[in-house]
Amino acid sequence: MSSVSSDDVAIVGIGMHEFGRHPGVSGMEQGAIAVRRACVDAGVSWQDIQFAFGGSAAAGAPDTMVSQLGLTGLQFINVANGCATGGSALISAYNMIKAGAYDLGIAVGFDKHERGAFRVNTKSSGLGDWYGASGMALTTQFFGMKINRYMQENNISHSTLAKVSEKAFHNGSLNPMAWRRKPLSEAEVLESAMLSYPLTQYMFCSPGEGGVALILCRADQAHKYSDKPIFLRSAVVRSRRFGSFEVLAPSLSIEHNAGPTVDASQAAFEAAGLGPEDIDVAQLQDTESGAEIMHMAENGFCEHGEQEHMLQMGETQIGGRLPINTDGGCLANGEPIGASGLRQVYENVLQLRGDAGARQVPNDPKVAYTHVYGAPGISGVTILSR
Amino acid sequence: MQVPVTEGVFTWPSDEPRLIGSKCLECGNHMFPVQSGCPRCTAANTEQVELSRRGTLWTWTIQGFPPKAPPYMGNTDPATFEAFGVGYVELPGEVKVETRLTVADPEQLNIGMEMEMVIVPLTTDDDGNEVVTFAFAPVEGSQS
Ligand SMILES: [Zn+2]
Repeated sequence: MSSVSSDDVAIVGIGMHEFGRHPGVSGMEQGAIAVRRACVDAGVSWQDIQFAFGGSAAAGAPDTMVSQLGLTGLQFINVANGCATGGSALISAYNMIKAGAYDLGIAVGFDKHERGAFRVNTKSSGLGDWYGASGMALTTQFFGMKINRYMQENNISHSTLAKVSEKAFHNGSLNPMAWRRKPLSEAEVLESAMLSYPLTQYMFCSPGEGGVALILCRADQAHKYSDKPIFLRSAVVRSRRFGSFEVLAPSLSIEHNAGPTVDASQAAFEAAGLGPEDIDVAQLQDTESGAEIMHMAENGFCEHGEQEHMLQMGETQIGGRLPINTDGGCLANGEPIGASGLRQVYENVLQLRGDAGARQVPNDPKVAYTHVYGAPGISGVTILSR
Repeated sequence: MQVPVTEGVFTWPSDEPRLIGSKCLECGNHMFPVQSGCPRCTAANTEQVELSRRGTLWTWTIQGFPPKAPPYMGNTDPATFEAFGVGYVELPGEVKVETRLTVADPEQLNIGMEMEMVIVPLTTDDDGNEVVTFAFAPVEGSQS
Protein backbone atom coordinates (compact mmCIF):
# COMPACT_ATOMS: atom_id res chain seq x y z
CA MET A 1 0.00 0.00 0.00
CA SER A 2 3.01 2.32 0.02
CA SER A 3 3.05 3.00 -3.72
CA VAL A 4 2.06 6.63 -4.28
CA SER A 5 0.28 5.83 -7.52
CA SER A 6 -1.88 2.94 -6.28
CA ASP A 7 -5.64 3.10 -6.67
CA ASP A 8 -6.29 2.15 -3.12
CA VAL A 9 -9.08 4.49 -2.04
CA ALA A 10 -12.44 4.68 -3.77
CA ILE A 11 -15.43 7.00 -3.52
CA VAL A 12 -18.53 4.82 -3.43
CA GLY A 13 -21.23 7.19 -2.24
CA ILE A 14 -22.00 10.86 -2.80
CA GLY A 15 -24.67 13.06 -1.31
CA MET A 16 -25.45 16.74 -1.55
CA HIS A 17 -27.89 19.20 -0.10
CA GLU A 18 -28.90 21.86 -2.63
CA PHE A 19 -26.69 24.96 -2.54
CA GLY A 20 -28.30 28.39 -2.17
CA ARG A 21 -30.32 30.05 0.56
CA HIS A 22 -32.48 27.85 2.78
CA PRO A 23 -34.27 29.87 5.46
CA GLY A 24 -35.22 27.72 8.44
CA VAL A 25 -32.79 24.93 7.57
CA SER A 26 -29.62 24.98 9.65
CA GLY A 27 -26.27 24.37 8.04
CA MET A 28 -25.83 21.22 10.09
CA GLU A 29 -29.20 19.88 8.95
CA GLN A 30 -28.04 20.39 5.37
CA GLY A 31 -24.92 18.42 6.23
CA ALA A 32 -26.99 15.62 7.78
CA ILE A 33 -29.21 15.46 4.69
CA ALA A 34 -26.10 15.19 2.50
CA VAL A 35 -24.85 12.32 4.70
CA ARG A 36 -28.14 10.42 4.40
CA ARG A 37 -28.15 10.88 0.63
CA ALA A 38 -24.57 9.61 0.41
CA CYS A 39 -25.51 6.53 2.47
CA VAL A 40 -28.40 5.81 0.10
CA ASP A 41 -26.08 6.24 -2.87
CA ALA A 42 -23.57 3.75 -1.43
CA GLY A 43 -26.28 1.39 -0.18
CA VAL A 44 -25.03 1.57 3.40
CA SER A 45 -26.57 2.72 6.65
CA TRP A 46 -25.09 5.20 9.10
CA GLN A 47 -24.23 2.27 11.41
CA ASP A 48 -21.83 0.97 8.74
CA ILE A 49 -19.73 4.17 8.73
CA GLN A 50 -16.58 3.56 10.78
CA PHE A 51 -15.18 7.09 10.89
CA ALA A 52 -15.97 10.63 9.82
CA PHE A 53 -14.16 13.88 9.13
CA GLY A 54 -16.40 16.94 9.15
CA GLY A 55 -15.83 20.59 8.29
CA SER A 56 -17.83 23.76 8.76
CA ALA A 57 -16.60 27.34 9.09
CA ALA A 58 -19.76 29.00 10.37
CA ALA A 59 -22.49 26.42 11.07
CA GLY A 60 -21.38 24.63 14.20
CA ALA A 61 -19.09 21.78 15.24
CA PRO A 62 -19.65 18.97 12.73
CA ASP A 63 -19.27 16.14 15.25
CA THR A 64 -22.45 17.27 16.99
CA MET A 65 -24.40 16.07 13.94
CA VAL A 66 -24.26 12.53 15.30
CA SER A 67 -27.18 13.49 17.56
CA GLN A 68 -29.25 13.77 14.35
CA LEU A 69 -27.68 10.87 12.46
CA GLY A 70 -27.37 8.34 15.26
CA LEU A 71 -25.06 7.82 18.21
CA THR A 72 -23.07 4.89 16.92
CA GLY A 73 -19.79 5.69 18.69
CA LEU A 74 -17.77 6.18 15.53
CA GLN A 75 -14.54 8.17 15.39
CA PHE A 76 -15.60 11.69 14.34
CA ILE A 77 -12.94 14.39 13.87
CA ASN A 78 -13.68 18.03 13.09
CA VAL A 79 -11.57 19.79 10.50
CA ALA A 80 -11.15 23.57 10.30
CA ASN A 81 -8.85 24.79 7.56
CA GLY A 82 -10.27 27.97 6.06
CA CYS A 83 -11.40 27.70 2.46
CA ALA A 84 -9.70 24.30 2.19
CA THR A 85 -11.82 22.84 5.00
CA GLY A 86 -13.74 20.45 2.73
CA GLY A 87 -10.60 19.41 0.89
CA SER A 88 -8.85 18.86 4.20
CA ALA A 89 -11.67 16.63 5.46
CA LEU A 90 -11.33 14.58 2.30
CA ILE A 91 -7.55 14.25 2.46
CA SER A 92 -7.86 13.18 6.12
CA ALA A 93 -10.40 10.49 5.27
CA TYR A 94 -8.29 9.38 2.31
CA ASN A 95 -5.21 8.95 4.46
CA MET A 96 -7.13 7.18 7.23
CA ILE A 97 -8.05 4.45 4.73
CA LYS A 98 -4.65 4.48 3.06
CA ALA A 99 -3.07 3.94 6.48
CA GLY A 100 -5.21 0.84 6.92
CA ALA A 101 -6.93 2.09 10.07
CA TYR A 102 -10.46 1.72 8.67
CA ASP A 103 -12.27 0.32 5.63
CA LEU A 104 -15.24 2.68 5.25
CA GLY A 105 -15.61 6.32 6.22
CA ILE A 106 -17.15 9.63 5.30
CA ALA A 107 -16.02 13.19 4.64
CA VAL A 108 -18.75 15.75 5.18
CA GLY A 109 -18.81 19.52 4.85
CA PHE A 110 -21.58 22.05 5.28
CA ASP A 111 -22.05 25.74 5.95
CA LYS A 112 -24.44 28.63 6.24
CA HIS A 113 -23.04 32.15 5.94
CA GLU A 114 -24.53 35.60 6.40
CA ARG A 115 -25.23 37.66 3.28
CA GLY A 116 -22.63 39.84 1.61
CA ALA A 117 -18.85 39.62 1.42
CA PHE A 118 -17.16 37.51 4.08
CA ARG A 119 -16.57 39.47 7.28
CA VAL A 120 -12.96 38.87 8.15
CA ASN A 121 -12.08 38.30 11.79
CA THR A 122 -8.68 39.97 11.78
CA LYS A 123 -7.81 38.66 15.26
CA SER A 124 -8.33 35.00 14.36
CA SER A 125 -6.34 35.63 11.18
CA GLY A 126 -3.42 36.89 13.26
CA LEU A 127 -3.86 40.47 12.03
CA GLY A 128 -4.27 43.74 13.92
CA ASP A 129 -7.66 45.43 14.26
CA TRP A 130 -6.30 48.52 12.47
CA TYR A 131 -6.10 46.50 9.22
CA GLY A 132 -9.84 46.00 8.84
CA ALA A 133 -10.62 49.29 10.60
CA SER A 134 -8.65 51.15 7.90
CA GLY A 135 -10.67 49.64 5.03
CA MET A 136 -8.49 46.68 4.08
CA ALA A 137 -8.86 43.01 5.08
CA LEU A 138 -11.45 42.36 2.35
CA THR A 139 -10.88 39.19 0.34
CA THR A 140 -12.57 40.92 -2.61
CA GLN A 141 -9.78 43.51 -2.71
CA PHE A 142 -7.13 40.82 -2.98
CA PHE A 143 -8.90 39.22 -5.94
CA GLY A 144 -9.25 42.59 -7.67
CA MET A 145 -5.59 43.42 -7.11
CA LYS A 146 -4.27 40.02 -8.17
CA ILE A 147 -6.22 39.83 -11.43
CA ASN A 148 -5.65 43.53 -12.24
CA ARG A 149 -1.88 43.02 -12.32
CA TYR A 150 -2.27 39.61 -13.98
CA MET A 151 -4.41 41.06 -16.80
CA GLN A 152 -1.81 43.71 -17.55
CA GLU A 153 1.11 41.27 -17.47
CA ASN A 154 -0.64 38.63 -19.59
CA ASN A 155 -2.97 40.60 -21.88
CA ILE A 156 -6.24 39.26 -20.50
CA SER A 157 -9.28 41.31 -21.57
CA HIS A 158 -12.33 42.40 -19.60
CA SER A 159 -14.39 40.42 -22.11
CA THR A 160 -12.57 37.23 -21.12
CA LEU A 161 -13.20 37.92 -17.44
CA ALA A 162 -16.90 38.20 -18.24
CA LYS A 163 -16.90 35.05 -20.36
CA VAL A 164 -15.91 33.03 -17.28
CA SER A 165 -19.07 34.21 -15.53
CA GLU A 166 -21.23 33.71 -18.60
CA LYS A 167 -20.03 30.10 -18.77
CA ALA A 168 -20.57 29.56 -15.04
CA PHE A 169 -24.16 30.76 -15.09
CA HIS A 170 -24.89 28.77 -18.23
CA ASN A 171 -23.57 25.61 -16.56
CA GLY A 172 -25.46 26.49 -13.38
CA SER A 173 -28.67 26.69 -15.40
CA LEU A 174 -28.16 23.00 -16.25
CA ASN A 175 -27.57 21.97 -12.63
CA PRO A 176 -30.61 21.35 -10.42
CA MET A 177 -28.44 21.57 -7.26
CA ALA A 178 -27.01 25.01 -8.16
CA TRP A 179 -28.02 28.22 -6.45
CA ARG A 180 -28.02 30.56 -9.46
CA ARG A 181 -29.64 28.94 -12.47
CA LYS A 182 -30.34 32.00 -14.63
CA PRO A 183 -28.01 32.41 -17.60
CA LEU A 184 -26.33 35.82 -17.88
CA SER A 185 -24.76 37.27 -21.01
CA GLU A 186 -21.24 38.65 -21.19
CA ALA A 187 -22.73 42.15 -21.52
CA GLU A 188 -24.90 41.72 -18.42
CA VAL A 189 -21.85 40.60 -16.46
CA LEU A 190 -19.77 43.56 -17.63
CA GLU A 191 -22.55 46.07 -16.94
CA SER A 192 -23.24 44.94 -13.36
CA ALA A 193 -21.94 47.03 -10.44
CA MET A 194 -18.16 47.40 -10.22
CA LEU A 195 -17.34 45.97 -6.78
CA SER A 196 -13.57 45.77 -6.82
CA TYR A 197 -12.02 46.91 -10.10
CA PRO A 198 -11.81 45.14 -12.55
CA LEU A 199 -14.33 42.72 -11.00
CA THR A 200 -18.06 43.36 -11.22
CA GLN A 201 -20.90 41.96 -9.12
CA TYR A 202 -21.56 38.98 -11.40
CA MET A 203 -17.88 38.09 -11.49
CA PHE A 204 -17.93 37.28 -7.77
CA CYS A 205 -19.40 34.28 -6.00
CA SER A 206 -21.36 34.83 -2.80
CA PRO A 207 -21.08 33.13 0.55
CA GLY A 208 -24.01 30.69 0.64
CA GLU A 209 -25.35 27.48 2.12
CA GLY A 210 -25.20 23.80 1.36
CA GLY A 211 -23.77 20.45 2.33
CA VAL A 212 -21.86 17.62 0.66
CA ALA A 213 -20.86 14.15 1.90
CA LEU A 214 -18.58 11.59 0.28
CA ILE A 215 -18.25 7.97 1.38
CA LEU A 216 -14.81 6.44 0.90
CA CYS A 217 -13.67 2.86 1.18
CA ARG A 218 -10.75 0.54 0.49
CA ALA A 219 -10.55 0.14 -3.26
CA ASP A 220 -10.59 -3.66 -3.07
CA GLN A 221 -14.01 -3.49 -1.39
CA ALA A 222 -15.47 -0.82 -3.66
CA HIS A 223 -17.61 -3.15 -5.75
CA LYS A 224 -19.55 -4.17 -2.63
CA TYR A 225 -21.02 -0.65 -2.59
CA SER A 226 -20.99 0.69 -6.13
CA ASP A 227 -20.86 -0.65 -9.66
CA LYS A 228 -19.21 2.63 -10.69
CA PRO A 229 -16.58 3.29 -8.01
CA ILE A 230 -14.38 6.32 -8.58
CA PHE A 231 -10.78 6.09 -7.44
CA LEU A 232 -9.03 8.87 -5.59
CA ARG A 233 -5.62 8.94 -7.22
CA SER A 234 -4.22 11.74 -5.08
CA ALA A 235 -5.28 14.34 -2.55
CA VAL A 236 -2.88 17.09 -1.57
CA VAL A 237 -3.08 20.26 0.51
CA ARG A 238 -0.29 22.86 0.50
CA SER A 239 0.16 26.15 2.33
CA ARG A 240 2.04 29.14 0.95
CA ARG A 241 5.77 29.53 0.76
CA PHE A 242 7.79 32.71 1.17
CA GLY A 243 7.23 35.18 -1.64
CA SER A 244 3.73 34.17 -2.73
CA PHE A 245 0.92 36.71 -3.20
CA GLU A 246 -1.96 35.76 -0.94
CA VAL A 247 -5.23 37.02 0.41
CA LEU A 248 -5.20 39.10 3.64
CA ALA A 249 -1.56 40.12 3.51
CA PRO A 250 -0.71 43.57 4.95
CA SER A 251 2.59 43.20 3.14
CA LEU A 252 4.25 41.06 0.48
CA SER A 253 7.91 40.31 0.07
CA ILE A 254 9.90 41.72 -2.82
CA GLU A 255 10.82 38.15 -3.80
CA HIS A 256 8.30 36.17 -5.83
CA ASN A 257 7.06 32.59 -5.46
CA ALA A 258 4.40 31.00 -7.62
CA GLY A 259 2.13 30.11 -4.69
CA PRO A 260 0.49 27.09 -3.06
CA THR A 261 -1.67 26.15 -6.06
CA VAL A 262 1.39 25.43 -8.18
CA ASP A 263 2.92 23.38 -5.36
CA ALA A 264 -0.27 21.41 -4.64
CA SER A 265 -0.92 20.77 -8.32
CA GLN A 266 2.56 19.47 -9.04
CA ALA A 267 2.50 17.24 -5.96
CA ALA A 268 -0.92 15.85 -6.86
CA PHE A 269 0.09 15.07 -10.44
CA GLU A 270 3.28 13.41 -9.24
CA ALA A 271 1.48 11.28 -6.64
CA ALA A 272 -1.07 10.18 -9.26
CA GLY A 273 1.54 9.53 -11.92
CA LEU A 274 -0.44 11.74 -14.30
CA GLY A 275 -0.08 15.11 -15.99
CA PRO A 276 -2.35 17.98 -17.02
CA GLU A 277 -2.74 16.42 -20.48
CA ASP A 278 -4.50 13.43 -18.88
CA ILE A 279 -7.31 15.50 -17.35
CA ASP A 280 -10.71 15.29 -19.07
CA VAL A 281 -12.70 17.61 -16.79
CA ALA A 282 -11.62 20.06 -14.08
CA GLN A 283 -13.24 21.99 -11.25
CA LEU A 284 -11.07 24.98 -10.33
CA GLN A 285 -11.57 27.50 -7.53
CA ASP A 286 -13.54 30.39 -9.03
CA THR A 287 -14.16 32.68 -6.09
CA GLU A 288 -14.34 35.25 -8.85
CA SER A 289 -13.89 34.98 -12.58
CA GLY A 290 -10.26 36.14 -12.49
CA ALA A 291 -9.39 33.31 -10.12
CA GLU A 292 -10.53 30.68 -12.63
CA ILE A 293 -8.34 32.30 -15.29
CA MET A 294 -5.24 32.42 -13.09
CA HIS A 295 -5.86 28.95 -11.71
CA MET A 296 -5.98 27.46 -15.22
CA ALA A 297 -2.31 28.32 -15.58
CA GLU A 298 -1.29 27.76 -11.96
CA ASN A 299 -2.65 24.21 -12.16
CA GLY A 300 -0.65 23.53 -15.31
CA PHE A 301 -3.45 23.47 -17.89
CA CYS A 302 -2.00 26.29 -20.01
CA GLU A 303 0.70 28.92 -20.13
CA HIS A 304 0.05 32.33 -18.58
CA GLY A 305 -1.81 34.39 -21.17
CA GLU A 306 -3.19 31.46 -23.17
CA GLN A 307 -6.47 31.75 -21.24
CA GLU A 308 -7.48 34.71 -23.41
CA HIS A 309 -7.64 32.54 -26.50
CA MET A 310 -9.07 29.51 -24.67
CA LEU A 311 -11.98 31.43 -23.17
CA GLN A 312 -12.70 33.37 -26.35
CA MET A 313 -12.81 30.09 -28.31
CA GLY A 314 -15.01 28.33 -25.74
CA GLU A 315 -12.43 25.64 -25.04
CA THR A 316 -13.44 25.39 -21.36
CA GLN A 317 -17.16 25.03 -22.00
CA ILE A 318 -18.88 21.68 -21.36
CA GLY A 319 -18.34 20.63 -24.97
CA GLY A 320 -14.85 22.12 -25.20
CA ARG A 321 -11.34 20.69 -25.16
CA LEU A 322 -11.02 21.02 -21.36
CA PRO A 323 -14.38 21.56 -19.63
CA ILE A 324 -13.93 23.64 -16.44
CA ASN A 325 -16.44 24.14 -13.63
CA THR A 326 -19.14 22.08 -15.29
CA ASP A 327 -21.58 22.47 -12.37
CA GLY A 328 -21.34 26.27 -12.47
CA GLY A 329 -18.50 26.47 -9.95
CA CYS A 330 -18.55 28.77 -6.97
CA LEU A 331 -19.97 31.51 -9.19
CA ALA A 332 -23.28 29.67 -9.72
CA ASN A 333 -23.28 27.58 -6.53
CA GLY A 334 -22.05 30.10 -3.98
CA GLU A 335 -19.41 29.24 -1.44
CA PRO A 336 -20.45 27.48 1.76
CA ILE A 337 -16.85 27.12 2.90
CA GLY A 338 -17.06 23.71 4.58
CA ALA A 339 -18.82 22.15 1.59
CA SER A 340 -17.29 23.94 -1.37
CA GLY A 341 -14.26 21.72 -2.00
CA LEU A 342 -16.37 18.60 -1.60
CA ARG A 343 -18.90 19.93 -4.13
CA GLN A 344 -16.14 19.89 -6.74
CA VAL A 345 -15.41 16.23 -6.02
CA TYR A 346 -19.14 15.42 -6.05
CA GLU A 347 -19.40 16.95 -9.52
CA ASN A 348 -16.38 15.04 -10.79
CA VAL A 349 -17.77 11.75 -9.49
CA LEU A 350 -21.01 12.43 -11.38
CA GLN A 351 -19.06 13.30 -14.53
CA LEU A 352 -16.87 10.18 -14.31
CA ARG A 353 -19.89 7.97 -13.67
CA GLY A 354 -21.59 9.53 -16.71
CA ASP A 355 -24.44 10.66 -14.46
CA ALA A 356 -24.18 14.44 -14.89
CA GLY A 357 -27.34 14.72 -16.97
CA ALA A 358 -27.77 17.86 -19.05
CA ARG A 359 -24.26 19.02 -18.20
CA GLN A 360 -22.49 15.71 -18.86
CA VAL A 361 -19.24 16.36 -20.70
CA PRO A 362 -19.30 14.48 -24.01
CA ASN A 363 -15.66 13.32 -24.02
CA ASP A 364 -16.24 10.08 -22.07
CA PRO A 365 -14.13 11.41 -19.17
CA LYS A 366 -11.74 9.06 -17.40
CA VAL A 367 -9.68 11.41 -15.22
CA ALA A 368 -10.93 14.48 -13.34
CA TYR A 369 -9.28 17.23 -11.31
CA THR A 370 -10.36 19.49 -8.45
CA HIS A 371 -8.68 22.55 -6.97
CA VAL A 372 -9.66 24.75 -4.02
CA TYR A 373 -7.88 27.91 -2.93
CA GLY A 374 -8.44 30.25 -0.03
CA ALA A 375 -7.25 32.24 2.92
CA PRO A 376 -4.62 32.53 4.22
CA GLY A 377 -2.91 31.05 1.14
CA ILE A 378 -3.84 27.39 0.98
CA SER A 379 -4.62 25.10 -1.93
CA GLY A 380 -6.06 21.61 -2.13
CA VAL A 381 -6.01 19.39 -5.22
CA THR A 382 -7.55 15.98 -5.89
CA ILE A 383 -7.27 13.74 -8.92
CA LEU A 384 -9.95 11.13 -9.54
CA SER A 385 -10.25 8.38 -12.13
CA ARG A 386 -12.68 5.67 -13.12
CA MET B 1 -7.26 66.46 17.84
CA GLN B 2 -5.99 63.77 15.48
CA VAL B 3 -5.41 60.26 16.84
CA PRO B 4 -3.93 57.28 14.95
CA VAL B 5 -6.14 54.25 14.23
CA THR B 6 -3.60 52.26 16.22
CA GLU B 7 -0.21 52.67 17.85
CA GLY B 8 2.92 51.12 16.45
CA VAL B 9 1.94 50.87 12.76
CA PHE B 10 3.12 54.32 11.64
CA THR B 11 5.02 57.13 13.35
CA TRP B 12 2.62 59.77 14.63
CA PRO B 13 2.55 62.66 15.21
CA SER B 14 5.17 63.42 12.62
CA ASP B 15 5.77 65.84 9.75
CA GLU B 16 7.10 62.93 7.72
CA PRO B 17 5.17 59.89 8.95
CA ARG B 18 6.62 56.48 8.17
CA LEU B 19 5.37 52.93 8.45
CA ILE B 20 6.99 50.90 11.20
CA GLY B 21 8.22 47.46 10.19
CA SER B 22 10.79 44.87 11.11
CA LYS B 23 14.09 43.85 9.59
CA CYS B 24 15.54 40.39 10.01
CA LEU B 25 19.04 40.58 11.50
CA GLU B 26 19.93 37.22 9.93
CA CYS B 27 18.84 37.63 6.29
CA GLY B 28 17.87 41.31 5.93
CA ASN B 29 14.23 40.58 5.03
CA HIS B 30 11.79 43.44 5.74
CA MET B 31 8.36 42.86 7.21
CA PHE B 32 5.27 45.01 7.82
CA PRO B 33 3.77 45.40 10.36
CA VAL B 34 6.26 44.59 13.13
CA GLN B 35 6.80 40.91 13.81
CA SER B 36 9.34 38.92 15.75
CA GLY B 37 9.92 35.95 13.44
CA CYS B 38 11.16 36.01 9.86
CA PRO B 39 9.03 34.08 7.32
CA ARG B 40 11.93 34.06 4.87
CA CYS B 41 14.68 32.36 6.89
CA THR B 42 12.69 31.28 10.01
CA ALA B 43 15.01 33.19 12.38
CA ALA B 44 13.47 34.96 15.37
CA ASN B 45 15.92 37.82 15.46
CA THR B 46 14.41 41.04 14.13
CA GLU B 47 14.73 44.75 14.85
CA GLN B 48 12.15 47.49 14.43
CA VAL B 49 12.76 49.84 11.50
CA GLU B 50 11.02 52.78 9.85
CA LEU B 51 10.19 52.01 6.23
CA SER B 52 10.70 54.17 3.16
CA ARG B 53 8.05 56.84 2.49
CA ARG B 54 8.30 56.54 -1.30
CA GLY B 55 7.70 53.61 -3.61
CA THR B 56 5.97 52.45 -6.79
CA LEU B 57 2.45 51.17 -7.29
CA TRP B 58 2.66 47.36 -7.75
CA THR B 59 -1.05 46.68 -8.20
CA TRP B 60 -4.35 48.28 -7.24
CA THR B 61 -8.12 47.96 -7.05
CA ILE B 62 -10.99 50.23 -6.06
CA GLN B 63 -13.20 49.42 -3.08
CA GLY B 64 -16.57 50.06 -4.69
CA PHE B 65 -18.93 49.13 -1.83
CA PRO B 66 -18.94 49.94 1.89
CA PRO B 67 -16.91 47.38 3.85
CA LYS B 68 -18.70 45.69 6.75
CA ALA B 69 -18.55 47.44 10.12
CA PRO B 70 -17.05 46.15 12.27
CA PRO B 71 -14.23 45.93 11.44
CA TYR B 72 -14.35 49.01 9.16
CA MET B 73 -14.32 52.33 11.03
CA GLY B 74 -14.95 54.63 8.05
CA ASN B 75 -18.22 55.68 6.44
CA THR B 76 -20.45 52.71 5.58
CA ASP B 77 -23.61 54.65 4.70
CA PRO B 78 -24.46 53.47 1.17
CA ALA B 79 -25.96 56.90 0.38
CA THR B 80 -22.76 58.82 1.10
CA PHE B 81 -20.05 56.13 0.81
CA GLU B 82 -17.22 57.13 -1.48
CA ALA B 83 -15.17 54.48 -3.25
CA PHE B 84 -11.50 54.41 -2.30
CA GLY B 85 -8.40 52.91 -3.86
CA VAL B 86 -6.43 50.06 -2.32
CA GLY B 87 -3.09 48.84 -3.59
CA TYR B 88 0.31 47.43 -2.88
CA VAL B 89 3.17 49.91 -2.99
CA GLU B 90 6.63 48.45 -3.45
CA LEU B 91 9.14 50.17 -1.18
CA PRO B 92 12.41 49.63 -3.04
CA GLY B 93 14.61 46.97 -1.48
CA GLU B 94 12.22 46.56 1.47
CA VAL B 95 8.71 45.19 1.10
CA LYS B 96 5.39 45.75 -0.69
CA VAL B 97 2.85 47.25 1.69
CA GLU B 98 -0.92 47.06 1.31
CA THR B 99 -2.42 50.50 1.65
CA ARG B 100 -5.36 52.76 0.98
CA LEU B 101 -4.78 55.04 -1.99
CA THR B 102 -5.88 58.67 -2.13
CA VAL B 103 -7.05 58.14 -5.73
CA ALA B 104 -10.07 56.03 -6.72
CA ASP B 105 -10.15 56.63 -10.47
CA PRO B 106 -8.96 53.82 -12.80
CA GLU B 107 -7.82 56.48 -15.28
CA GLN B 108 -5.43 57.94 -12.72
CA LEU B 109 -3.90 54.72 -11.40
CA ASN B 110 -1.10 52.97 -13.26
CA ILE B 111 1.11 50.12 -12.17
CA GLY B 112 4.63 51.47 -11.73
CA MET B 113 3.68 55.06 -10.85
CA GLU B 114 5.51 56.77 -7.99
CA MET B 115 3.68 56.97 -4.68
CA GLU B 116 4.29 58.69 -1.37
CA MET B 117 2.90 58.02 2.09
CA VAL B 118 0.37 60.44 3.59
CA ILE B 119 -2.00 60.44 6.56
CA VAL B 120 -5.74 60.56 5.86
CA PRO B 121 -8.85 60.96 8.05
CA LEU B 122 -10.88 57.78 8.63
CA THR B 123 -13.64 58.72 11.08
CA THR B 124 -14.42 60.76 14.17
CA ASP B 125 -14.43 58.96 17.52
CA ASP B 126 -16.85 59.40 20.45
CA ASP B 127 -14.65 62.08 21.98
CA GLY B 128 -14.66 64.17 18.81
CA ASN B 129 -11.12 63.21 17.79
CA GLU B 130 -10.33 62.69 14.14
CA VAL B 131 -9.08 59.11 13.71
CA VAL B 132 -6.39 58.95 11.02
CA THR B 133 -4.70 56.14 9.13
CA PHE B 134 -2.03 55.86 6.46
CA ALA B 135 -2.47 55.96 2.71
CA PHE B 136 -0.31 56.46 -0.37
CA ALA B 137 -0.80 59.27 -2.87
CA PRO B 138 0.60 59.65 -6.37
CA VAL B 139 3.70 61.84 -6.39
CA GLU B 140 2.88 65.06 -8.27
CA GLY B 141 3.94 64.88 -11.89
CA SER B 142 4.61 61.14 -11.76
CA GLN B 143 3.82 59.08 -14.84
CA SER B 144 4.15 55.36 -14.98
ZN1 LIG C 1 15.32 36.30 7.90
